[in-house]
Amino acid sequence: MLRSFVRARALWVVLAAFALTSAQAQVTITYWQYDFKSKIEAIDELIKRFEAANPGIKVVHQTFPYDAYQQKVGSSIPAGQGPDVVNLFYGWLPTWVKAGYLVPLPENLVNPKQVDNDFVSMAQSAKIDGKYYGLPTAVRSLALFYNKDLFQQAGIGKPPKTWAEFIEVGKKLTVKQGDRYTQIGYGISPDGQDHHLVREVLLRQMGGRPYSDDGRKVLFGGPEGLKAFTMYTDWVKKHGIGIPNFFPGNNGYRDGFIAGRIGMIIDGSFAIGTIRSGAKFNWGVAELPVEKVGGRKANFGSFWLHSITPLAKGPKLEASVKFLNFITSAEAQRYWLEKVGELPARKGLIKDPKLSLDPVYGPFILSLSYAKATPFVDEAAQRTVIVNAINRVLLQNVDPAQSWKMAMEEEQKILDSFYK
Amino acid sequence: MKRSRLSLATREALWAYVFLLLPLAFFLFIRIWPAFQALWLSLYDWNADPSKRVFVGLEHYAQMAQDPLVARSLRNTLLYTLIGVPAQLVLGLGIALLLNAVTRERLRDLFRAIYFAPYVTPAVAVAWVFSWMLSANFGVVNELLRAAGLPAQDFLRNPSLALPTVAGVVVWQNLGFQVVLFLAGLQNIPRDYYEAARIDGADGRQLFRHITLPLLNPVMVFSAVIGTIGFLQLFTQVVNLSFTDQGGPLHSTLTVALYIYQVAFGRFDLGYAAAITVLLFVIILSITLIQLRLLSRRVEY
Repeated sequence: MLRSFVRARALWVVLAAFALTSAQAQVTITYWQYDFKSKIEAIDELIKRFEAANPGIKVVHQTFPYDAYQQKVGSSIPAGQGPDVVNLFYGWLPTWVKAGYLVPLPENLVNPKQVDNDFVSMAQSAKIDGKYYGLPTAVRSLALFYNKDLFQQAGIGKPPKTWAEFIEVGKKLTVKQGDRYTQIGYGISPDGQDHHLVREVLLRQMGGRPYSDDGRKVLFGGPEGLKAFTMYTDWVKKHGIGIPNFFPGNNGYRDGFIAGRIGMIIDGSFAIGTIRSGAKFNWGVAELPVEKVGGRKANFGSFWLHSITPLAKGPKLEASVKFLNFITSAEAQRYWLEKVGELPARKGLIKDPKLSLDPVYGPFILSLSYAKATPFVDEAAQRTVIVNAINRVLLQNVDPAQSWKMAMEEEQKILDSFYK
Repeated sequence: MKRSRLSLATREALWAYVFLLLPLAFFLFIRIWPAFQALWLSLYDWNADPSKRVFVGLEHYAQMAQDPLVARSLRNTLLYTLIGVPAQLVLGLGIALLLNAVTRERLRDLFRAIYFAPYVTPAVAVAWVFSWMLSANFGVVNELLRAAGLPAQDFLRNPSLALPTVAGVVVWQNLGFQVVLFLAGLQNIPRDYYEAARIDGADGRQLFRHITLPLLNPVMVFSAVIGTIGFLQLFTQVVNLSFTDQGGPLHSTLTVALYIYQVAFGRFDLGYAAAITVLLFVIILSITLIQLRLLSRRVEY
């Protein structure tokens, strides 16, 4: 009798202990991002640290090829099978939110005021109707990459400070044999980063702005816009400092730069790693040129953010936000910079003089203070509008004024149909 | 012992049905059911949460009629098909006839393998190689044009050349499959027919017109139908030949399938995408039925 009582007690203790441990290890959340080696390794490491600090939560990390990523998210979440925490480009946010793929971050766990204070200002593009839908670990800006060896051979001492200098340098670095270019000054690429350059950099430098404050009206159709647009298309049409598709393929402009055949490119900080490991010559980075010395500076900022999907409910939601807070913490951002080479999204970290004085990161860091993220509603379609505006001029000899006007109308239609 | 009351033939037929049940279930649930779901989906505004999908009736179909990119992609798709299908049939048949004339079997197998290789090469690799070969500055194709005294062309960037160029790449890639089909068809034609005709004094052209072509008809029909469906669904090569400006330059290479993809997964507007899918389905179905009607002829000797 006693023995069976003891045995029953022992059984209860074992059961209770088992229940306790399983309750602790009960929450499993899933994180999704696209395939990119250094990012996968970084997240794996961050998950390890997070799980060590939060024994009750297990994070499953899944990745997909970039081309299939949106498709995977698009079909999985409605089926209830997808991620709890998902990584996305900020430009996709409005369509994802509208289609019900994301939920706002609970304000008791992520304080919007705190985020406004702690993160660089462009992070506010992740806010819709005053609610944050996600946070970035890292942010990116644009800068001018230049081939120091080609500059030296052409007797050019410094990277250009103004667009006029940029054109002069570009001409010196362009080599043509017959109807063929063997080297170009500027790796022009309308569908690379140049559509951002026109919309966010050149336009603002000329004193214009792309959209109304509520983001519903296209304003780039004015004289500043046309001036910016014409200046850009003239690089090909008038000055011949480059041609699109000089090197074919996805990111051909970057490949051509790495191959030493292109003097200058404008690219994002995300390209640093590829250029560093590929380029076999001396290269440098400079802040983007301006209209005139002392003139207005402008830059395009962008980021990937981590958001929460409707699949994260109850304890999973809490665990997901905890994880999101961890991978966007100062500690994680510092690690991310070392491991992936992307700029931290917290203001406190980019003030570090070691970073702003760095010859490669410095120009990007300096640009962050004035960089703006375009408030896209349909990133792919809006990108195509500018790319097509440029291509109409470069490939079909359409008058820039006419092409630019068409672009404005096309883009207004996109905004109208989103906000209808 | 009790004997089964079913005859052997009935039992065999029953077994056949049992074995057919599995693929039938597969087609019903994996192919046909989703197709009907697309029809249903096209009547709603999409939301990840099914309870938040709003019924909009035929609104997406009305939107389609107003959408210039639907019109553009339909026109492009039609052009791809009109260029691609005849080209791959004629070239495929031509090469198959040449290969059929090669009497050493080893050599013929080798050629056949060479022609088939592009068909099994990943589209990404094909796109990469072709974009270099066709490059205005570095490409071998333009090297040849210049040698012939012709002006260089930026094949993939010129809005009026891009579509035929992409169609050409697709034809090149499909050619091997066509050749293998035609070669099998040619080898199935009994030699006796040719010999008999030759004894009656028929010349080469007559042999081709009255024996080869009619007896190849089933293969032709199959190739034409499969080829047409393939071109109407064209997607992979278009995406890869202009990756950062998909369907470009200036929408000149955009296909219906690619546009559906962009609307569905670039914009998460799956309701509208489903409506365009229904349109594509109706087009493919009607063209295929018409083709089967017009092309199929029973030939018996």
